[in-house]
Amino acid sequence: MSNKFIGKSIKRIEDKRFTTGKGRYTDDIVLPGMTHAYMLRSPYAHARINRIDTSEAETMEGVVAIITGEEVSHYSVPCGWQVNFKNGDTMKEPPHPLLVKDKVRHVGDAVAMVIAETREQAQDAAEAIIVDYEVLPAVVNAAEAVKDGAPLVHDDVPNNICFDWEIGNPKAEVDEAMDGAHHITSLEFVNQRLSPNAMEPRSYIGHYDSVYDKYTLYTSTQNPHLIRLLMCAFVLGLPEHKVRVVGPDVGGGFGSKIYHYTEEALVTVAAKKINRPVKWTETRSEAFQTDAHGRDHVTHAEMGFDAAGKIVGLRIKTFANLGAYLSTFSTAVPTYLHGTLLQGLYTTPKIHLDMTCAFTHTTAVDAYRGAGRPEATYLLERLMDLAAHEMDMDPAELRLKNFIPPFDGVEQPGYQTNVALQYDSGNYHGVLERGLQMLGYEDFRKAQQEAAQTGKLLGVGFSTYIEACGIAPSAVVGSLGARAGLYEVGQVRVQPTGKVSVFTGAHSHGQGHETTFAQVVADRLGIPMEDVDIIHGDSDTVAFGMGTYGSRSLAVGGSAIMKSLDKIIEKGAKIAAHKLECSEEDIVFADGKFTVTGTDRSLGFGDIALTAYVPHVYPQNLEPGLDFSSFYDPKNFTYPYGCHICVVEVDKETGETKVKRFIAVDDVGTVINPMIVDGQIHGGLAQGIGQALMEGVEYDETGQLINGSYMDYTMPRADDFPMFELDRQETPCPHNPLGVKGAGEAGCIGSTPAAVNAVIDALWSGGFKVKDIKMPLTSERVWRAMN
Amino acid sequence: MSTITVTVNGKSYTKEVEGRTLLVHFLRDTLGLTGTHVGCDTSSCGACTIHLDGRAVKSCSMLAAQADGSILTTIEGLAPGGELHPLQVAFNDEHGLQCGFCTPGMIMTAADLLSQNPNPTEREIREGLEGNICRCTGYHNIVRAIQLAAERTAGVPA
Repeated sequence: MSNKFIGKSIKRIEDKRFTTGKGRYTDDIVLPGMTHAYMLRSPYAHARINRIDTSEAETMEGVVAIITGEEVSHYSVPCGWQVNFKNGDTMKEPPHPLLVKDKVRHVGDAVAMVIAETREQAQDAAEAIIVDYEVLPAVVNAAEAVKDGAPLVHDDVPNNICFDWEIGNPKAEVDEAMDGAHHITSLEFVNQRLSPNAMEPRSYIGHYDSVYDKYTLYTSTQNPHLIRLLMCAFVLGLPEHKVRVVGPDVGGGFGSKIYHYTEEALVTVAAKKINRPVKWTETRSEAFQTDAHGRDHVTHAEMGFDAAGKIVGLRIKTFANLGAYLSTFSTAVPTYLHGTLLQGLYTTPKIHLDMTCAFTHTTAVDAYRGAGRPEATYLLERLMDLAAHEMDMDPAELRLKNFIPPFDGVEQPGYQTNVALQYDSGNYHGVLERGLQMLGYEDFRKAQQEAAQTGKLLGVGFSTYIEACGIAPSAVVGSLGARAGLYEVGQVRVQPTGKVSVFTGAHSHGQGHETTFAQVVADRLGIPMEDVDIIHGDSDTVAFGMGTYGSRSLAVGGSAIMKSLDKIIEKGAKIAAHKLECSEEDIVFADGKFTVTGTDRSLGFGDIALTAYVPHVYPQNLEPGLDFSSFYDPKNFTYPYGCHICVVEVDKETGETKVKRFIAVDDVGTVINPMIVDGQIHGGLAQGIGQALMEGVEYDETGQLINGSYMDYTMPRADDFPMFELDRQETPCPHNPLGVKGAGEAGCIGSTPAAVNAVIDALWSGGFKVKDIKMPLTSERVWRAMN
Repeated sequence: MSTITVTVNGKSYTKEVEGRTLLVHFLRDTLGLTGTHVGCDTSSCGACTIHLDGRAVKSCSMLAAQADGSILTTIEGLAPGGELHPLQVAFNDEHGLQCGFCTPGMIMTAADLLSQNPNPTEREIREGLEGNICRCTGYHNIVRAIQLAAERTAGVPA
């Protein structure tokens, strides 16, 4: 493998179409005869529908069809991950209808789809539909929802409990460890609900070709094949070979575009019904009401320490909010993507999580950048900083004292946690020490003391996190309830002239795969990057795939491509040996040439490609062509980790908090394109700091969404941040061919507790010994904590 | 319905528009200029930013009918001769975009910012981008791209 491109900040190939306005997002696509759909949604969180009258709407100008719940009542959207109750019972999985006909369960629940010649006509007609709602009491908080007498979201789900679940050591062992603790730090907090807010609103076009009896769905998705599988096999009962799903340019996902949404199935059904294409694009207000939200945990956590500051136990009780319906991966997020991360970077000997997942009258909650791991990190890292304050210890010292010692996963074995996972490799001391060096820790503490005498308090917050990425070994996740395998597919098609088309099941919606993957392929084959084209996002072009989420694209998708590249080179060596009249074992491949070892006799990659397609002088019993497809099923998760340090300045008079510095030292394994990895970290940091200081979905007690627009929901903006200070440590992943671990979520996982810890530290430095401030830490909340 | 005449990216168009049609929908649906995006419904995100008579405006915050007689530039018209605008080059150089959805609006806003203030400070750039939301980049590389474009065009008349 040459190193001409790998490790270099190659500028992105895909940029030009975006900087010139030539990107092709779903809403940009216009098909002949296309109609437009508008969804009529419930303004109430919980209401019985007594009557829906569409008669007037049907007569309005431009209306083509109106679909209500009755017509599609035989369809239901499934959940992709089955989790069982502690007692072994299967989780409660109530129907998830495409359109509601009896009872709405959250603000934004859809009751009708109106299809018309124009978007405006569809909206006009929707406003003429009469829905007789009988409003019912609602519950929005998971801890409240499970109490006796709480309004039920689904009549056949007692106490709104989807399932309860636990992980870790036996509870009694943890209780015993905690009983013997010298000090216990406890914290009750809410990890608030967030709206993902990919900038491109969800958009779908359904198309039906009656000549070929074939459907096409254009969708702003992170995983076209997964949508096809779910929609065909589990919702509509359509044959997969008659359905093409295309995810063209997609304007960000952050998790929210993984899931199969009801509108995808509806435009598909509707396109056949009216035999014309149907486009639906949500408004931002609809996005707030219907794109799956993230987080929303109510937690009581306790961490026990011995007199020397070593952690002796961790005990947690959490209520996780799933919303009104089960979104595709919703049940995995608070369980297998959360509980399994509670070891953190520490040698904690006893851990127990008791989790209850509940339905509420709110938008569905599912994976949002980090997915369960930010919640685990928040819990651990808040406890660590708070414990340091309470025990009057240095928070960095406390961490160093408790870190798992360095291990490379090769000479030393992986680290077996108490919560199922086995970490691959890591040097956790390294990232913290580097972070402290970048901060200039001693100088900072002096500056902090001086600042405490003024009106501005300075604070520093730490977060040393770990995550599990590159999901995931299919057999492992299958045994844990996943209803899909989580391998990836990579096909490498060498064209006769030596140009290379690569088909990947991963999907890029900002990650830069067209560049990063091309770097890998070009280096492995020793050819120019211009000779490589990365193709993704179309189920008719790409054989199969599981898509992009969980920082898996390179670790899993890249590995699948590597497998195919190996097969290409192996076959190429056979062809070369035949033409060079030597044995196959004597052929070495390097820098794009097949060479007879120890000689200067060689054939270029292009010669071999041409020979494979013009096989006149060719080995017997070898098929022509040079085109291989591979499935790669990962051996383990990958475990990126890092140290995030936030410095804030808090105005004592107003509570206003400014992020002065943010330092991130991440180990995401081997880095293919440092520029792109930095970009991923930057974006994650903004989202994580956004949760800490700005963002949060708010429902009132009636279930009304009260900040469902950009006028009301605070999105981080350019002037909220300083320039981020990044550095890296590279501990290669020992179990995949590129040594990569994944970088998509790291920034978002580590940063939130660092920012909150920094504010708490600032307040302690001013003598305000507060344990917690509810996120987001608005000026008002910070001011109240001091007054 | 009313008839409007606008010049978009150097070309004159006379079209019938509904009174309620927003300028952004006119550009996207009537003229097929889909580089201008719709990211929200409250004039908050800036994805629809274009230039109207030389100044950046959010094309979702005005009616098409109000643009009658105006000269408009969209992202598609920023590189008229095929040579990319310095901001388009700098966004690529500094990795100032990821998913690309906010990018046209960011570039149009930045172009106006630099024409008003050719040598902005980092703070001025950040404040100048207040009306544009990006969810991917954390703004870091967008700011750097604008700084780079400013450096490269320093002293060059707009």
